[in-house]
Amino acid sequence: MRKNGVSYAKWGYIFSIPFFVVFLVFSLYPIIYTAVIGFTDLQGAGRSSFSFLDKPFDNYRIILANASFLQAMKNTPIIWIAGFIPQILLALLLAAWFTSRRFKIHGQAAFKVLIYMPNIITAATIAFLFRNLFGYPKSPVNDLAMMLGIIDSPFYFWLSAWWSRGIISFIQFWMWYGNTMIVLIAGVLGIDPTLFDAAEIDGASSPQIFFRITLPSLRTILLYTLVTSLIGGLQLFDVPLLFNLGGPDQKTLTTSVFIYNQAFSGRYFYNRASAASMIMFLIIMVCSSILFYIMRDKDQAKLNHERRLERRLERKRRRATAKGVDA
Amino acid sequence: MKKQKSLKARTRVVKTVIYIVCIFLSLLSIMPFYTMFINATRGTYEIQSNSISLIPSTYLISNWKVLINKNFNPAIGFMNSMIIAVGATVLSVYFSSLTAYGLVAYQWKWRQPFFTFIMAVLMIPTQLSIIGFFQFMYKLGLTNKYLPLIVPAAASPAMVFFMRQYLLATLSLDIVNSARIDGAGEIRTFNTIILPIMKPAVATQAIFAFVGSWNNLFTPLVLLTDRKKYTMPIMVNLLRGDIYRTEYGSVYLALSLTVLPLFIIYFILSRHIIGGVALGALKE
Repeated sequence: MRKNGVSYAKWGYIFSIPFFVVFLVFSLYPIIYTAVIGFTDLQGAGRSSFSFLDKPFDNYRIILANASFLQAMKNTPIIWIAGFIPQILLALLLAAWFTSRRFKIHGQAAFKVLIYMPNIITAATIAFLFRNLFGYPKSPVNDLAMMLGIIDSPFYFWLSAWWSRGIISFIQFWMWYGNTMIVLIAGVLGIDPTLFDAAEIDGASSPQIFFRITLPSLRTILLYTLVTSLIGGLQLFDVPLLFNLGGPDQKTLTTSVFIYNQAFSGRYFYNRASAASMIMFLIIMVCSSILFYIMRDKDQAKLNHERRLERRLERKRRRATAKGVDA
Repeated sequence: MKKQKSLKARTRVVKTVIYIVCIFLSLLSIMPFYTMFINATRGTYEIQSNSISLIPSTYLISNWKVLINKNFNPAIGFMNSMIIAVGATVLSVYFSSLTAYGLVAYQWKWRQPFFTFIMAVLMIPTQLSIIGFFQFMYKLGLTNKYLPLIVPAAASPAMVFFMRQYLLATLSLDIVNSARIDGAGEIRTFNTIILPIMKPAVATQAIFAFVGSWNNLFTPLVLLTDRKKYTMPIMVNLLRGDIYRTEYGSVYLALSLTVLPLFIIYFILSRHIIGGVALGALKE
């Protein structure tokens, strides 16, 4: 952009410098530093000097043989998947209902406000609140279950591995399905309405419209939801920590809680915690790259195909006009 | 005719089911928090005899006194969280808008590569670099300081992306050019003309930045060891201590206080917040 001989290009750089510098210092450098620490002997409270190990992958070897880490590697995906599947299914169902032309649901605004609410409340508070709601021997859930005659004596939820996992997954589901629902509703409203008109004229049923038009149109948004949920779910920290400290018997220990315990909870194994972080980093990056690849591949292919068609049409048109001029 | 009637009847049945499900889900959202707020006003004995009640009681002040006596001061946590969240919000909103404007308004050689870079780092799992971050801050003597909890917010890739999409849709370069003819500098143009144009986007993003910072447990938990510096989420972690084991009412009150500002914000701005989530979905 050059006007009156003045170039404004430098302002593009100047305005981007704060972001760039802060990112380099506070995000990129810590990532590299973490990766480096993973190859050193950095342990012990208050230490920050280190030397590299003779066998560089020793910390990785120790971590990959650590029973707690392996247990956490198992727990984390179980807890994430158990929360994510109901989250996406219920969000889809609600999005379909709220955008339905046949049902015309009233009071949607109020429902959305209430259903979305848990999403903005502090996860730590919610986790500790649920710990109290499911307490033993006196707690609202135990009292309610006894009042309804479901159980005769109070149940010790915190001591049951599957109940603890289930409650943590439920908290994740409960905090996030409203968010996913709103995102999906926006996605459905963004679909070209003439597609639905055409389908209705052709006599398609509601399920047919949902599975043949709505769902395929939402593919990008669904994959985006999947990737962000995966990245968040595999770093799950606040809820398992505050609900049950990873217990009982490490059955709700997630990899992030494990990393925190290794480095900051009286042990100060900075090097091993770094190695564990890098393993998780790698897993998350590989998983999301695979998902992105699947997504990009198809969209790009479709786009390229359309472009090719357009170009061919353009060429035909040009040829036709050229002929017209000749004649 | 008959067929149409049965279809109508079926629609009515399905619609009823939908309303029942929606009301149930709404209650599911409310009940845990309702129980929390109600029990915050009830005495420990009341809760022990029956932990479910729909009506508040009169022990709010005595519960508060128990918290203060046990060295749990919500006012300090509130101030600390406020300072950090407001600081982080202002920085993230201002610098994200500035970066986005730099990406939209100017033609520069590294513009496209820089944007690609932002897209690439959008989804980096930052929590996993905590060891390096902690060690780095420890070396600089910045643990127990608020700076490491506020300044990193100036680089928020997701927000830059959102602001850029907003500017692409709303900014006309004619405004910028006429400001230049009037002799305004580039920085002044941004502060006095562009930021006001971006107000709706800034407001939405500010809410999310504030809530995100307020809710953050992980980084403060690692960096802050001085009790006087604790934020609200870390104070929740304190409630785990044995001294609170039998103080049911006080625990519920403490929990309520950690999230009270969020409820107030939410019930004033819920429409904007939900609109913001929806907008975020479309701006991909």
